[in-house]
Amino acid sequence: MGWVLLILIVVVGLWMVGAYNGLIALKNQTFNAFKQIDVQLKRRHDLIPNLVNAVKGAMDFEKSTLEAVIQARNQAVKVNASGPEAMKQISQAENALSSALSRLMVVVERYPDLKATGNIGQLQEELTSTENKVSFARQLYNDTATQYNTKQQQFPTSLVAGLAKAQPAELWEIEDQAERAVPKVDLTSR
Amino acid sequence: MIGFVVFFAWLGFGGDLIFWLSSRDADPGRYRHVIPWFGLIVTTIAIAVARYAYRTGPQKVLWATGAREVIDPQNDAERQFVNVVDEMAIAAGLPRPRTWVVPDADPNAFATGHDPKDSHVAVTEGLLAICSRDELQAVIGHELGHVKNLDVRLMTTLAALVGAILLMRDGMGRMMRGGGRLGGGGGGGRGGKKGGAGPLIAILLAVWIISWLIAPLVTQLLALAVSRKREYLADAMSAQFTRNPLALASALEKIEHAAAPTAAIKRGAAHLCIADPLGRRLTSQEGWLADRFASHPPMGMRISRLKGMGYAQLKKEGGTPA
Repeated sequence: MGWVLLILIVVVGLWMVGAYNGLIALKNQTFNAFKQIDVQLKRRHDLIPNLVNAVKGAMDFEKSTLEAVIQARNQAVKVNASGPEAMKQISQAENALSSALSRLMVVVERYPDLKATGNIGQLQEELTSTENKVSFARQLYNDTATQYNTKQQQFPTSLVAGLAKAQPAELWEIEDQAERAVPKVDLTSR
Repeated sequence: MIGFVVFFAWLGFGGDLIFWLSSRDADPGRYRHVIPWFGLIVTTIAIAVARYAYRTGPQKVLWATGAREVIDPQNDAERQFVNVVDEMAIAAGLPRPRTWVVPDADPNAFATGHDPKDSHVAVTEGLLAICSRDELQAVIGHELGHVKNLDVRLMTTLAALVGAILLMRDGMGRMMRGGGRLGGGGGGGRGGKKGGAGPLIAILLAVWIISWLIAPLVTQLLALAVSRKREYLADAMSAQFTRNPLALASALEKIEHAAAPTAAIKRGAAHLCIADPLGRRLTSQEGWLADRFASHPPMGMRISRLKGMGYAQLKKEGGTPA
């Protein structure tokens, strides 16, 4: 009888170690994925001044669009919050920057001359890539965080979640209602 | 890997056993085969080849295809390729692999390396030319899927082994032809000595010779069996990274339509590629034969699975297939 009890305790103990370590690994992966978003955002902030300089000369008439991009960029750089509110603030600023950039891209498309001259094609590729990098970093973070959240809430791993100090990770969402809306396409004019 | 060494141990020690059995009742004073020299030598060679194949596999594969590394991209296509690899590495959560371009007009791509920290992705110039950005992204996603699943280590080692075996078979073929005369001469002298062990020796000898003959085939079958299952998995990983399975479907369609054999990619490395580079007809069929001998699952199956994923996604999002 004592043997059975002993084996049971050993098995449960081994399982707990496994589950605990699994949760810790996922927690660190989630943390790392979050830092990756930061890296990509930083890259984007560094790229924008170059981009604006490249198109500035040819785009005197679109001052407002360019200024919006610069402003959004400076806003995004300034956000240096920490704590539970950090994610919300960062994502708000970054989403504003994303929409300013996409407006700029639309404007560039509108001027075939601008596209034809020199390195705008290259810049466009750079910008597309940067935007993709940011969104893929977010995707990875959301995937990892979802995995982590699911794991810590599922039975029986949920029993160890308290021990591993597992907290549900917040997912990265689109805060800006305007960005979520379906873009209106108007083909009547012109 | 272990199977490879064991197989060669059998080839070597089996030969020793046969030789030992046939020389066991030789006259005292004549040569008796007691120490298994063949086995020791062949097994040592097999271990050395396997080790060598494992360690130099990626360089060998890249060298054999004539790929050149893209460090500082020179034109728009290369810049896009490098960017797309960066993006997909982020999506997969992997360190950035090194990027290579194979100077070949036929569209194809492959990945090689030991582990995610030391991996290489190569595409042909043809692929860069015909694929849109999204399609290229999907293809790279497929290759990084192989990297993330650690397929590359296995497949690269297998590629190097297949190469080594093909070489050895050619060498053996020459030796057998030379050795045939020798064996014929010796057989006459031994004829009278045939004892009770005769049938056993004959059977062993037959099995052993057949083993030698099918050695290249076995290695290749191994490579193929591994490869086909992994292709579906890598397709699914690509869809997970890009969230755009239809892009991979259309890329595969393009690759298939340009089905000229990829001249730069030799037989040994075929199973590394996204599409069978040899342009074999087997790949386009489903069935027993194709199941066993083709290095890739039928393109039609892969495309229809991807489209299935794509339409399921569209349905969930409330859109309609374009």
